[in-house]
Amino acid sequence: MPTYQIKVNGESKTVDVAEDTPVLWVLRDHLDLVGTKYGCGIGQCGACTVHVDGTAMRSCSLTLAQIDGKSITTIEGLSEDGMHPVQQAWKEVDVPQCGYCQAGQIMTASAFLENNPNPTEEEVKNAMHGNICRCASYTRIKKAVMTAADNMG
Amino acid sequence: MRTSSLAGGGMLIGFNLFQACKPKAEPPVDLSQLNYNDFNAFIKIADNGAVTIFSPNPEIGQGVKTSMPMIIAEELDVAWKDVYVEQGKLDNENFQRQVAGGSQSIRFGWDALRQTGATAKQMLVSAAAARWGVDPSECTVSEGVITNAAGETLGYGDVVNEAALLEVPEDVKLKDPKDYKIMGKSAVNVDIDKITSGKPLFGLDYKTDGMVYAALVRPPAFGQKLVSYDDTEARNMPGVIDVVKIGEKVRALLAEDPGFGSKISSSDKVAVIAETTWQAFKAKEAIKAVWEEDTSVESTEGHDKKLTALLDGKEFNTMRSDGNIKKAFAEADEVLERTYESPFLPHNCLEPMNFYAEVTDEKVHLVGPIQTPAWKAGLVAKMLGRDEKDIVLEMTRMGGGFGRRLFGDFVIEAAEVADVIRKPVKVVFTREDDMGIGVYRPAIKYRIKAGIKDGKITAYHLKEAAINDGMYGLIPNFFPAGAIENYQVDSASYNSNITTGAWRAPYTNFLASAEQSFFDELAELMDVDKIQMRLDLLDKVKPEDDERIQYSPERMKEVIKVAVEKSGWGTKPSHVYQGFVNYYCHNSHVAQVADVEVVNGDPVVKKITCVVDCGIVVNPTGAVNQAEGGVIDGVGHSMYGDFTFDGGQGHAQNFDKFRLIRMREVPEVETHFIKNELSPTGLGEPTLPPAGGAIANAFKAATGNRLYQQPFTKNPELLKVPEKEVIG
Repeated sequence: MPTYQIKVNGESKTVDVAEDTPVLWVLRDHLDLVGTKYGCGIGQCGACTVHVDGTAMRSCSLTLAQIDGKSITTIEGLSEDGMHPVQQAWKEVDVPQCGYCQAGQIMTASAFLENNPNPTEEEVKNAMHGNICRCASYTRIKKAVMTAADNMG
Repeated sequence: MRTSSLAGGGMLIGFNLFQACKPKAEPPVDLSQLNYNDFNAFIKIADNGAVTIFSPNPEIGQGVKTSMPMIIAEELDVAWKDVYVEQGKLDNENFQRQVAGGSQSIRFGWDALRQTGATAKQMLVSAAAARWGVDPSECTVSEGVITNAAGETLGYGDVVNEAALLEVPEDVKLKDPKDYKIMGKSAVNVDIDKITSGKPLFGLDYKTDGMVYAALVRPPAFGQKLVSYDDTEARNMPGVIDVVKIGEKVRALLAEDPGFGSKISSSDKVAVIAETTWQAFKAKEAIKAVWEEDTSVESTEGHDKKLTALLDGKEFNTMRSDGNIKKAFAEADEVLERTYESPFLPHNCLEPMNFYAEVTDEKVHLVGPIQTPAWKAGLVAKMLGRDEKDIVLEMTRMGGGFGRRLFGDFVIEAAEVADVIRKPVKVVFTREDDMGIGVYRPAIKYRIKAGIKDGKITAYHLKEAAINDGMYGLIPNFFPAGAIENYQVDSASYNSNITTGAWRAPYTNFLASAEQSFFDELAELMDVDKIQMRLDLLDKVKPEDDERIQYSPERMKEVIKVAVEKSGWGTKPSHVYQGFVNYYCHNSHVAQVADVEVVNGDPVVKKITCVVDCGIVVNPTGAVNQAEGGVIDGVGHSMYGDFTFDGGQGHAQNFDKFRLIRMREVPEVETHFIKNELSPTGLGEPTLPPAGGAIANAFKAATGNRLYQQPFTKNPELLKVPEKEVIG
C-alpha cells in the first residue's frame, strides 16, 4: 500500500493506506482521531466535517490525493484546551443531546464564523442546514452559533 | 444496600434499585478483594472528600447520565460541582431496569436514587456525631460539610472511613422538595467537555489492542436468504483477515426464543473481517452472494391493501369497551368516520449500529451502545451456552437510540462473529445496512368514528390495523377513554417478515396526531369551540371510579389552560394560523399550539408552544432540550418521514433518499413546564406524539385541507393555500 504524508492538527503524519481510503477512516482508524464521526459516508449528514486549509469539508468524501499538501484540522485540534469560542458557546448553551453529530456541527460553525463573523440568523440557518442532528437540538445549535459570533465580536 | 471500605480509604455504597435496601451492612472488605463489578452502581467518596456517582442507566441522549446522579447528589447533600459522574456497568445484582426506554428511567429511579443519597448522608452524619459525642440530630450538612451545634465542622472525607463501618440505616429522611439545591437548577450535560472536544465516548470510538473490524453481508431484501457466496476477490483485498458465515447460532436461539424473530433475520450472513473499518466495508462489496426467496417479498402496496382489509374486516382484539357503541351509533344524529395512515420509519440513529465482542473460553466481553443491556447479555449467554455471570457488558454513550437500540440484533451478531473468529471484533453497520435492513416502526392505519346525539359526543370507536404487533395495553385507557360513555378500542395485526419494533413513543407517535386531528374535525362538525370541547370531555373523566385511567383530567386541563395563555391562542393576527393539541403518554401531560404562516404561498410552521406537566423537573436545561427535540422530531417525521418497500427492499438506503428535518425547516419552540412537587414522569417521548397533530390542525386552518396521511409532504397539493388567501 502507498505511504502518504499528511498534516493533521499541525503535526505531520505518515500513513500507509490504500489510495481510495477516505480521510474520515484514516483519521479514525489509523490516527486514532475518533472525534470525527461516521454518519452516512456520502457527504449528506455532516458528522465527519473537518477543516481543510480552513474550509469545512466532508472527510468521508475526501481522498488523500485531494488533501495533498493541505492542512487538516479536526475537532481534536480546533483548540488546545477545548475553549475555542464555538466550543465555549456549545457549553454555555448546553447544546448536545446524544452528542454524536456535535463535533461536525462545531467544525461547520467554526469555519463559517471565520468567514462571516457577524452573521444574521438566516445566514446561520443556511450555513448549518447541511448538518443533521437526529436528536433535533437545532434551536440550540442556532443559538450557540449566534452566541459564539457575539463572543468573538 | 451495601458499603465497604476502600483500601486507600473512602467508602463505596452499592444500591439496588427497586428493591428494598438490605437491612444489615455487609462486613467491609478490602478493596483488593472486591469484585469491582459487584459495585458498579454506587457512590464513591474518597477520604479527600471527592465524590464519584455512578449513573446506572444507558445514556442515549435523554440526559439521564446527568439527571440520575443529580438526584443522588441532592439527597447526599454535596455540591454538584464536586461530583464526578461515571457510567455504571451492567449489574443485575445491584440494579434492576438498566434500560433506556419508555421514558421511565427517572420515574422508576426516583425513590431508589433519593434513598441512596440520603442513606449515605445519614451514615456520614452519624459517624461525625459519634466522633464529637453528640446526637446526629444536632448536626447539619451543607455541600459535604457537617456542622455541629458548637459550630465545629467535618468534611465527608474526614469521616468516610468511620461511616463505612456503620450499619446501614433503614429509615432515612428524604428532603422536602422546597429544600432542593441541585434539582430544579440547570446542570450542563456531564459529558459536554468530551463531546465538544471529540474525545472517545461512543461505541464506534471504542478500541482494544488487536481488535479487528467486521462488516456483514445481509440479505438485500426482507424475505430472502443466503444460498451461497464467492469470497475469492474479497479475500485478496488489502487488510482482509477472514471471511466467515454466521447464522446457525442465531437460528438456534430463535428456535428457543421465537419472540426475538421479528427483530433479527434468520438468514445466514457473511462476515468480512478486516484490519480497518474501511477495508471491511470495501471487501464486503466484493462478496458475490446468491440469495433466494425464503418467504415472500413484500411491498408498500401490499401492506396498504392488507391494512385496509383488516380495518374493513371483523377480526379484532378488543382492548377496551365501555357501554354499547353499536347502539349509540344507531341512535346518533350524526356520525364522523375518518381513516389515518402512516408509513414505515427507520430510526436513523446518527451513530450506525455497532458492537464490540470478545469471546474466550473463560469470558464473553461485550461493549457498545445498547438500550437493553441485561436482555442482550441474557440472549448472548443463551446463544453461546454460557453462564450469565461470564458475560461482562459495558455500556458506551449512544449516538441516538429512538428504540432502535432496544433490540440488539447487532449484539447477537457481534457475539456470533466473535465466537467463530475468537478475536476481539467490532461489528460495524454501514449507513446502508443501518437504514436499508434495519428494525422499523411499522406502517399503521387508524379508523376513528364518533357519534353525536343532541350536540354531545355519545360514541367513540378507534380501530387499529398494525403490522407484527398492536398497541400495548395502556394506550386504550389514554384520553378520551373515560370521557365518552360508549367507547371501544379494537386492534388487528398482520404478520410481516420485515423486522419491526418500537420507535420513539411507540404507537402513540402516530395515534396522537390522528386522534387530535379527528377531535378538531369533530368540533368543526359540531360547530363548537375546539378547546372547550376538549375541556368538556375532561369534565366527564373520573379516574377515581376507573383504575385503568392513569391520566389526570385536572393536570390535563392545566396544561391546556397554560398553552392557551402562552401561545396567545385566538389573539394572533390574521396571517397566523394556529392548531391545538393535548395528549397524555409516558405518564406526562402535554398541550401544544402550532403557528403556521403563509410564506410565498406555502404554509410554513413557524412556532410550536409546548406545555408539559412531567412533575418535578430534575434538570431544567436537559428537560427543555428533550421537550424541544421531541417536538422537532415529531414535526420532522410527520412532514417528511417516508419509507416504502418494493420487492422486500426499502426505497432508501441513506440520507440522500430519506429526508430528515434540517435547520431551515425547524420552527421556534417555546417550552413551559408546570411547576409542582409531584414525582417526576416521562420526558424523552411525550412531546413527540402530539406535534404532528398540532401542525395538521394549523395547516387545516391555513389551507382548508385536512391531512390524513403522513408524511404530509406526500400530498403536496394539500399543502397549498387557496389563491385568494395568499398574503404577502
